[in-house]
Amino acid sequence: MDLAINGVRKRVDTDPERPLLWVLRNELDLIGAKFGCGEGQCGACTVLIDGVAQRSCITPVGAAVGKQITTIEGLADGDRVHPVQSAFIECDAMQCGYCTAGMILSTVALLRQNGSPSEAEIKQGLEGNVCRCGTYNRIVDAVQRAAKTMTSEAKEPRHA
Amino acid sequence: MLETLDAVKETAIKRRDFLRSVGGGVLVLFTLGEVDAQESGRGGHRGSGNEQLPEDLAAWLHIGPDGAITAFTGKVEVGQNIRTSLTQAVADELRCTPGMVKLIMGDTALTPWDMGTFGSRTTPTMAPILREMAGTAREALAESAAQRWGVKRDEISFDKGCLIGPSGKKLTFGELASKLDWAKTIGQKDSATPADKWIIGGTSVPKVGAREIVTGRHRYPSDQKLPGMLYGRVLRPPSFGAKLTSVDTSAAAAVPGVTVVHDGDFVGVAAANEQLANKTIELIQAKWQETPQISAKDLFAYIKKNGEQSGSAPETQHKSTYTVAYIAHTPLEPRAAVATWSGGKLTVWTGTQRPFGVREELAQAFNLSQADVHVLMPDTGSAYGGKHSGECAVEAARLAKGAGEPVKLIWTREEEFTWAYFRPAGVIEVASGVDRDGRLTSWDFRNNMSGPAGLESPYTAGNEFIHFYPVDSPLREGSYRGLASTANHFARESHIDELAAAAGTDPLAFRLKNLKNDRVRAVLEAAAERFDWPKRKASSNRGFGLACGMDKGGFVACCAEVSITPDRNLRVEHVVEAWDSGAIVNPEHLKNQVEGAIVMGLGGALFEAIDFADGRILNDRFSKYRVPRFSDVPKIDVVLIDRKDVPSAGAGEIPLVGIAPAIANAVYSATKIRIRSMPILPAFQASA
Ligand code: FES
Ligand code: FES
Repeated sequence: MDLAINGVRKRVDTDPERPLLWVLRNELDLIGAKFGCGEGQCGACTVLIDGVAQRSCITPVGAAVGKQITTIEGLADGDRVHPVQSAFIECDAMQCGYCTAGMILSTVALLRQNGSPSEAEIKQGLEGNVCRCGTYNRIVDAVQRAAKTMTSEAKEPRHA
Repeated sequence: MLETLDAVKETAIKRRDFLRSVGGGVLVLFTLGEVDAQESGRGGHRGSGNEQLPEDLAAWLHIGPDGAITAFTGKVEVGQNIRTSLTQAVADELRCTPGMVKLIMGDTALTPWDMGTFGSRTTPTMAPILREMAGTAREALAESAAQRWGVKRDEISFDKGCLIGPSGKKLTFGELASKLDWAKTIGQKDSATPADKWIIGGTSVPKVGAREIVTGRHRYPSDQKLPGMLYGRVLRPPSFGAKLTSVDTSAAAAVPGVTVVHDGDFVGVAAANEQLANKTIELIQAKWQETPQISAKDLFAYIKKNGEQSGSAPETQHKSTYTVAYIAHTPLEPRAAVATWSGGKLTVWTGTQRPFGVREELAQAFNLSQADVHVLMPDTGSAYGGKHSGECAVEAARLAKGAGEPVKLIWTREEEFTWAYFRPAGVIEVASGVDRDGRLTSWDFRNNMSGPAGLESPYTAGNEFIHFYPVDSPLREGSYRGLASTANHFARESHIDELAAAAGTDPLAFRLKNLKNDRVRAVLEAAAERFDWPKRKASSNRGFGLACGMDKGGFVACCAEVSITPDRNLRVEHVVEAWDSGAIVNPEHLKNQVEGAIVMGLGGALFEAIDFADGRILNDRFSKYRVPRFSDVPKIDVVLIDRKDVPSAGAGEIPLVGIAPAIANAVYSATKIRIRSMPILPAFQASA
């Protein structure tokens, strides 16, 4: 199976029904996508598939063939972090950080659809992502900050 | 993968060898026992045959010949941001930048023994220790520079890891440390810089490691990987306490690439990948003998029957009973461990608040000496009091032993919900009296089963009886952020509100009249002012409530605005919380903790409850157990009170305790319906 991940082609030999999350983590050592629930309820495993946020724990790897997959590892441009990543740092929008990769990728997908979302739109857009540490309001701030600092070009994920 | 291999190699270095091997430089050790007064060259501590380190070391700090500053502590980072606050403490005393300081945490081979990271103890105990050590190192460097330059100590100043002498002479920490071969053991001497002189302490230093987190590079325990590593699954009983009567593992064992491990009641598999492990565990046929047990519907009757019957104080006028449900921590990262054996020695990476406790569990489980067990705790995807025990580590080690290869085990969400432990449920009975002037005259407060934390009342009552009655818990219980302080504050602050209502007095005025604790009074006044309490008038679909309290050196007051929808839903719209935990170490991180505690507390206040029957957890996943999400979160304003004159206390727990009673009191102000159980929402909906 050929996968396009973060702009790089990866060949994996596995069951197409296997969840993408575990192929990323266990076959390709891309551990940025996290396991939180395995039932599409927490968003910790979020990746972008053709620019759209998807729960990799319930996405069969076969369904991602022929599409562009972006994981958190592919978001920064070399040493230059993505504006959403820096907004999360600047707003201190994390505690343990286990939800952060999923939050950031969900935000990237959200901003692609809606470049300047209202608070209500952000909350609605990220409702499927759980932060057990409860940093939600800071995440909303970070999304708004990123929306302000990003050019429309930057809102398009690099590998989408 | 390379990092982890290096880490394995590092584990081979025993702690005392490590101290010998750190090379030259400056080493300060902190002992909780008797201080070895001898200030020395290396001889006292290394190379003179005295290789047995005292058991009572609390931390150590090293400045290497290259200028690298490393502090070693057994504390662990689970999102409470102590990696940052402790770094600030060291940098402050060394007058250097936080970026120059590295912290090694929670590694049983490299850091001193530590009881664990819980109880809000890191900030009041570990931060001053690191400060004392760093201050000692700073003075050693300064003295040495003074000698070299032939000047007085006072003439030397510090700038970003350099010492500056008169006439602009300059030496780096590394240049000095490489010439010094100096070690010292110190004890408590109260020489830490006072809070009003802090430079880096008290400022919002950004989270250490944030960049690794946002780029996905940080490896949590569940992200660790070793060459040849297998993936584990464990066969779980159908209910708590079930005994395995027979098991047939032949179908599973026949699958290529799978090892079945069967040891007493433990049955598990280790397989080449997680999918194979998941499939194979299903092939195991087991029979279990189950035992009858209490279900959720009988819980409170059970606790009442087995707890203490409420007596009542002589002049009791008012009597109420409050209940709290079991809830689960549900850290977003479930328990996880990677275990590997080599030459009879065991190394385990796992997310735990007690790495040394887990080392002991492992040593016991496998009959090893503790020296042959190495536990490493990478910064973990949260814990909230829920990761004290080491069962996942033991299971991974069992599988690794059976398979002869390293094994990773990540608990499923269902396992995390079922086989961890819960915040205890409880029944709290309160009886009280108030005189005609609206003053408390008696206070009889009995907590059954939920726990003794936060029992102390901040109010004056002539006649007080406060007691905790333990009851055997039907479910496995354990610590949870704030412990029983949440339950006890819910009961106390709800009850105080009931008394105010009965007396026809404003809840704020009633509290201010009866409070005896000045710091509680100060936070209550601060929160009420920011909330504009006197102007907030309840209507039938909007209520306002407040609550206050104290525990573990933290003082909290919380005001909540709650709206009630026509379909009897409750929404918390706005929360103001004032918080005082002494001198503030990092304002932004403190605010973040307080906000997070409010959000977490809101879940237990409104809707979180473990449902169980016949030894099974019925809501063992996020689709069945509701946790706070974006749409549940109110606008939150935090008012921080900076008491530079008081030592800093921990702040990870107690900001959580005010929200539940504030919500219940707000609901009452709008509806005149008094909800005396947590979670509030189902009880409110049932009250129609
Ligand atoms: S792990 Fe995929 S949504 Fe929770
Ligand atoms: S920061 Fe811990 S789960 Fe979001």
